[in-house]
Amino acid sequence: MNDAEVTRAPFDPAVLFKAAFLVVVAIFVLVPLLATLLGGFKSLGELRVNPFGLPRHWEWQNYADILFSGRYWQLLRNSLVISTLTVTLTLIVASMAAFTFAHVRFFGSSMLLSYLTLGLLFPAATAVLPLFIKVRDLGLLDTYFGVALPQVAFSLAMSVLLLRRFFKDIPHELLEAALVDGCSYIKFFRYVTLPLSRPILATVGTITFVNSWNAYLLPLVMLNTDALYPWPLGIMIYQGEYSSEWHLILAFITLTILPTIILFLLAQKHIVAGLTAGAVKG
Amino acid sequence: MARRIAIASPINVAGEAASHVASRGPSWDGRFTVLILFLPPALLLFTLFVVLPIGEAAWYSGFNWNGFGRPTRWIGFDNYRFVLETRAFWLALRNNGLIVAVSLAVQLPLALTLALMLAEKFRGAVALRMLFFMPYILAEIATGLIFSFVYDGDYGLVASIWRVFGAEPPHLLASTDTAMLAVLIVIVWKYFGFHMMLFIAALQSLDKSLIEAARIDGATRSQSLRHVVIPLLYPTIRLSVFFAIVGSLQLFDLVMPLTRGGPADSSNTMVSFLYNNGISRMRVGYGSAIGVILFVICVTFAFTYKRWFMRDE
Repeated sequence: MNDAEVTRAPFDPAVLFKAAFLVVVAIFVLVPLLATLLGGFKSLGELRVNPFGLPRHWEWQNYADILFSGRYWQLLRNSLVISTLTVTLTLIVASMAAFTFAHVRFFGSSMLLSYLTLGLLFPAATAVLPLFIKVRDLGLLDTYFGVALPQVAFSLAMSVLLLRRFFKDIPHELLEAALVDGCSYIKFFRYVTLPLSRPILATVGTITFVNSWNAYLLPLVMLNTDALYPWPLGIMIYQGEYSSEWHLILAFITLTILPTIILFLLAQKHIVAGLTAGAVKG
Repeated sequence: MARRIAIASPINVAGEAASHVASRGPSWDGRFTVLILFLPPALLLFTLFVVLPIGEAAWYSGFNWNGFGRPTRWIGFDNYRFVLETRAFWLALRNNGLIVAVSLAVQLPLALTLALMLAEKFRGAVALRMLFFMPYILAEIATGLIFSFVYDGDYGLVASIWRVFGAEPPHLLASTDTAMLAVLIVIVWKYFGFHMMLFIAALQSLDKSLIEAARIDGATRSQSLRHVVIPLLYPTIRLSVFFAIVGSLQLFDLVMPLTRGGPADSSNTMVSFLYNNGISRMRVGYGSAIGVILFVICVTFAFTYKRWFMRDE
């Protein structure tokens, strides 16, 4: 807005107030994160007397023990498997449905679309008990798919809406011309729609991945075996085992949120655009 | 293939094609194949894992059932009566109300103020936006654990600040008076950046000429903010409120590492109440009744809100 005003007067009290406000909020956000990172480098005794500052003695051992423990890597691998399954299936299933809703006219099309968007209205938690019984009856309890399939189902509504909106912008004339040239709907989908839709596929993929990577409730209900636990479950168990050895827990937290933060720093624009656009347009 | 189609699609060809397809009759075979192949996976997954469980929740909620074998002990609406007679249920509902209240009274003004500051271009603005958004992408479980350290009465940050003043550090999460307050602070910490980004996106797509016009007409900065910018943001504000309410109705992951809904149910949300009383004890009927109540609240809210406040969008 008023850029000129901001740059003109370096000692404008309003600017000073604004800077102070931003600094306070930045500290509010940063301090818990930094204290977690640094806490992992301290001994328990030092953490008690000096939770804020830099460690007087850097205990690399806390981090090293976790990194060489296999447990950490197993949690990350499980999370990666579940998230990859969820993202891949969501993209395939949702883009096929979205393509049909965008380009094929058929009786009941809009009715079926509103049926799918019912999924936006309530959280997965409302029906998690019957969902548990369903997954159990299907024999999928305690498997990766038992977590991934319900996650796909719950991400469909938003994904189909976002993809359909984008697919609709691909000119219909293009499809008609292709059909006349003997191209099938399916080939058109595979060779025209999908390659043209990389940005929206990336957006939908990002939303689905972040949700699945961070998910807690569904894995908690569906999985019983430690060896299959994704990291949010694993870290809760770790915290239970080391209940007040906060230096180890903080190191573990730091290492488990590290992949998210690295991904965020690498693809921040994409992630911000994806998560806010997803929310707004969904 | 793709290249050939791209070349074969100038407008005149396309126009011809449209009439051609229409006159030949629709390529029904092709459409039929797509319908048969492309729709069922989505519909099947959605029906199986989203719609049926909701219907089954309504059915199971009439039984006293522990989840094994088949439900046989039909008790009608007793489960609903039990839920409504539970004090913890009303506490959870009150807490959801508190979350919404804090979102409206603290989070929204904070997010809007920051957005107005950071939508302008200056050095560090983008970095600050990213910093403020970061808590939103962290897992709620990790956030909850970080703050259970912050609040820890022996080792935590709050405790060490208390000690500086020579006071006995409080165990915030262990007291029924302060547990919910502590949870509310974490909620603001985690979600204000998301709402800020919504406002920044809206501010950047505002029609600048309106603000310019107000300035030329002699409006001061605060006048143009109050009478031009904020009114233009009303749709986004309504959206932000919508997300705050929907988010509060889903909140669970954050509560578990902090308090598990305790002490004495003082910090339960609807979903953590559902988890603690239905899921973790496999009381399927009772838990389903809570689920159905939550479902009704969500759907009623979504429809009324959209009808009353978001008609234009």
